[in-house]
Amino acid sequence: MTLQNDKPALIAQKALWMRRRAFKMVFDAQLGHPGGDFSAIDIIATLYFGVMNYDAKTPNMPGRDRFIMSKGHATGALYTALCAAGYFPEDWLDTYMKPRSMLNGHPNRNYLPGVETNTGPLGHGLPVGLGIAIAGQMTGADFRTFVLTGDGEIQEGSHWEAAMTAGNRGLRNLTWIVDRNRLQQGAGTEETNGLDPLDKKFEAFNWDVAMVDGHDPAALLEVLSAPAGDRPRAIIANTTKGKGVSFMENKASWHHGVPNAEQFDLAMKELV
Amino acid sequence: MAAPAAKTEGLYDCREAWVATLETLAASDERIVVVVNDSVGSSKLGGFQKKFPDRLVNVGIAEQCMVGVGAGLANGGRIPFVSAAGCFLTSRSLEQVKADIAYAGFNVKLVGQSSGVAYGELGPTHHSIEDFAWLRPLTNLTVIAPADPWETAEAIKWAAAHDGPVYIRLSRMPVPALDVPNRVFRMGKAELVHQGSDVTLIGCGTTVHLAVAAAEALKAEGISARVLNMATINPLDEAAVLAAATETGAIVTVEEASVRGGLGGAVAELTASNHPVPVERVGFPGFVPTGSVDWLFKEFGLSADGIAAAARRALQRCRK
Repeated sequence: MTLQNDKPALIAQKALWMRRRAFKMVFDAQLGHPGGDFSAIDIIATLYFGVMNYDAKTPNMPGRDRFIMSKGHATGALYTALCAAGYFPEDWLDTYMKPRSMLNGHPNRNYLPGVETNTGPLGHGLPVGLGIAIAGQMTGADFRTFVLTGDGEIQEGSHWEAAMTAGNRGLRNLTWIVDRNRLQQGAGTEETNGLDPLDKKFEAFNWDVAMVDGHDPAALLEVLSAPAGDRPRAIIANTTKGKGVSFMENKASWHHGVPNAEQFDLAMKELV
Repeated sequence: MAAPAAKTEGLYDCREAWVATLETLAASDERIVVVVNDSVGSSKLGGFQKKFPDRLVNVGIAEQCMVGVGAGLANGGRIPFVSAAGCFLTSRSLEQVKADIAYAGFNVKLVGQSSGVAYGELGPTHHSIEDFAWLRPLTNLTVIAPADPWETAEAIKWAAAHDGPVYIRLSRMPVPALDVPNRVFRMGKAELVHQGSDVTLIGCGTTVHLAVAAAEALKAEGISARVLNMATINPLDEAAVLAAATETGAIVTVEEASVRGGLGGAVAELTASNHPVPVERVGFPGFVPTGSVDWLFKEFGLSADGIAAAARRALQRCRK
């Protein structure tokens, strides 16, 4: 029990390191998507350091749990997680977006161990995750597949195609986490092409639905570790874009905004 | 394996070879699975579905999801054959083909059914004449258009054994079996179907037998035409094309596809850069008018007469 109770603290510690390291990558490269990195980081940290079964030394282990980063632009969050999980050494992070770096602006499975599929164009993650879950179902394997999408990106119809199929097949080994920060590149999701009520939509597609504070490791741990039901599970993780840095929070301009030196120093003071 | 059934005497629907081969392979390799978009019937997969019901995934009319599911199945260690009408497989889900299959490099086999203008009167929405141009720049995606039932079966076997993404372009149009002795399927290599020294006719898929007929017609005029079956469009057999350019001095490409960016485009790019010779491209100039497959083929010169005329034009350009 002690270990279990320590898990949220460990996750929070990893998430803090990931935020600081991701922001440094973005600052050094003067490129990236820090707002979306920060909304997703607690979710990803919870998966890698509290939920998923994987072996960074055997990245293609057949029975591993899969994580699909559908919002492929949030590479600061993904790459720092994979690094902290032991897939590659930390100095690789210093090459972020440099010529011929393994750390492209969007993830490539052929460059980096631990990346399950190439993403970047939106609307791709859930169909691929669905295929992985079907493969698991066909072979009787007990691994789980977690797909993290942004919220704006589920305006893509391809995700609803996959949602329909997963619901119809009752794929209990598939979990879809929506990083519900309510902002997309240009403006709020609801003023752009409203998504609410998301929970009702998922229920109508035959998914179990849970809502969670996407920045609370203990709550995330509980919902992500819960035993599978008889249907796929959608988790609406309510988040804040730019979470953790006061001047970035809830500002769409930080979708792909990059910090100047003063902003970088200020953020480092807040991220402690 | 059962011999492909003849649709009419001496003519074969290559889909029979596709399913017969697939079922045989699937019987000995449980990793082989199929993904379709409500296309069991048009892909002739009813038999596969009966034999392997748990290994056929029908996502419904949802092509983007279909291709993404293919990538996911490959991630999960399966060998998926994603089978759908070529027009929808390659255009509706082109971004998935690019990002999820080619760029990600997953071991997925895309099988375009009823490609080219096979849907005839249904019109350009249902034609797949742009697929070569769309897919050729995806350099790690092997693109194969088999010419007859034997080559269809060989291409399917090769694709199943190959670890990497493949697009196989099939047709429902009846075609004859090519008369080539001692055939061996070699991906990426042109097959010499007819010897010749004055001009080279390069076909693929449904047009190869027409090029052979054209070569026979040209022989009567004293023109010696070489015929190459360029089943693999990507990677192109550059050596065979350049040999054709240097040895025969004129080339005609023949494809059931747009003349822009496909086989003809590939041959023209290569020869223009290395050994310029007259290249006549036979195919479709763009969206075609309403008409049956047979009418469309004749109207746009995909016939022995049309190809022979293109050969004469190429030779005429050589003399200028």
